[in-house]
Amino acid sequence: MDLLKSIAESLEHGDDERVHALVTEAVAAGLPAGDVLNQGLIAGMGVVGEQFRLREIFLPDVLLAARAMYAGLDVLKPLLARDGVPTAGTVVIGSVQGDLHDIGKNLVGIMLKGAGFEVVDLGNDVAPERFVDAAARSGAAVIGLSALLTTTMSVMKDVVDLVKARGLKARVIVGGAPVSEAFAKDIGADAYGFDAANAVDRVKALAAGA
Amino acid sequence: MKWTVEWTAAASTPDWNQVLRSQGLPEGEALPTRLVGLVDAAFERYLALAEPRAILGFVEPDVFAGIYRGEGLNSHETPLESIVPRASRLALFVATVGQRLSAEIGDLFARHQPAAGYMLDAVASEAADGLAYAAGRELLARLQDAGELANGARVLPYSPGYCGWHVSGQRKLFAFLGPETIGVTLNQSCLMQPLKSVSGVLVVGDSATHRVHPTYSFCDHCGTKQCRERMASVK
Repeated sequence: MDLLKSIAESLEHGDDERVHALVTEAVAAGLPAGDVLNQGLIAGMGVVGEQFRLREIFLPDVLLAARAMYAGLDVLKPLLARDGVPTAGTVVIGSVQGDLHDIGKNLVGIMLKGAGFEVVDLGNDVAPERFVDAAARSGAAVIGLSALLTTTMSVMKDVVDLVKARGLKARVIVGGAPVSEAFAKDIGADAYGFDAANAVDRVKALAAGA
Repeated sequence: MKWTVEWTAAASTPDWNQVLRSQGLPEGEALPTRLVGLVDAAFERYLALAEPRAILGFVEPDVFAGIYRGEGLNSHETPLESIVPRASRLALFVATVGQRLSAEIGDLFARHQPAAGYMLDAVASEAADGLAYAAGRELLARLQDAGELANGARVLPYSPGYCGWHVSGQRKLFAFLGPETIGVTLNQSCLMQPLKSVSGVLVVGDSATHRVHPTYSFCDHCGTKQCRERMASVK
């Protein structure tokens, strides 16, 4: 138990080398990979996400924590696959067609992975059909749409409409500088994430069926 | 008249602190060694891979009007409609930090190094934004050399995709400039490849040229308001 706590704390401090060493030690000690993931890595990223939400730490700190998370996952991934440990769900993300800005979307992807989600990142300039096809193929619970330009945010409605037309169960969350809660409601999206940490919270709620 | 400009990677490197500020880090914040290492590594990669260059071309107001109208998708009323008639000179530009950086960013994410990829992305984005201003300085220098620069002249870049100028305006801009010669192309969605590229019009005029009334319909949806600050900064 102390080992898992140490993993979480080392991750919070962005110490990738120590996380790698501790996860290796935990596995060698026979701790279940799922426990190391959930009570070590994801627990640590949860604290990081909360601190980021409260503005107690900053984006670069999150990046360091994410690097530490990946250092631990490098050790765990084969074991998670072997043990059939389920993810928190699948999320398809991308910047909408006509928009090349993906820094915010990338951060959301990093933090979603840190929260235990499987992330299908379609990149930027993603056509509505690609979002919907990827969600259908992967069985995604949530589709995350990002836009930075006022001139491209209208594409978000096209995706929402297509999700409904195709009868997908996936819920849609939108975010990006020009997007607002009111806009999300207007276009029929299921949620709006005002920043990366908030987006992860909203995705968790959507994936849980809220 | 069109011309190309090449910079060294070092000349286009953004300010170290500005990159961190753009990610929300307050000025004067004590930085952990690991973070300094992450940022330094991103700058080293930038210096090794950046190939900054631009193409510029003077454009007459009537020709620009047609380019600006693009495919008729601009917002109803836009700042450039009042700014351009007051300008003393206009030049179109496309600038890029090159393909190798975009490829490296993608590779870092693919190799499960998101922190390194994200930080390099942040450095490259700052650098690309800076090239628009570097192109503006090149333009002013050229006008100065030709004895055509009025006292107090200022230059600001304005880009398709922002402030009501629809991104489809890129097609006519590209047809005019031909930036394929510096390795920049346009895809079907009017987005540039390499990704870390900027385009638009450089507007030369006195400080009053860049003043516009404070709000437009599309401003309601914009969370950044950076353009207003930018225009107001021209004194």
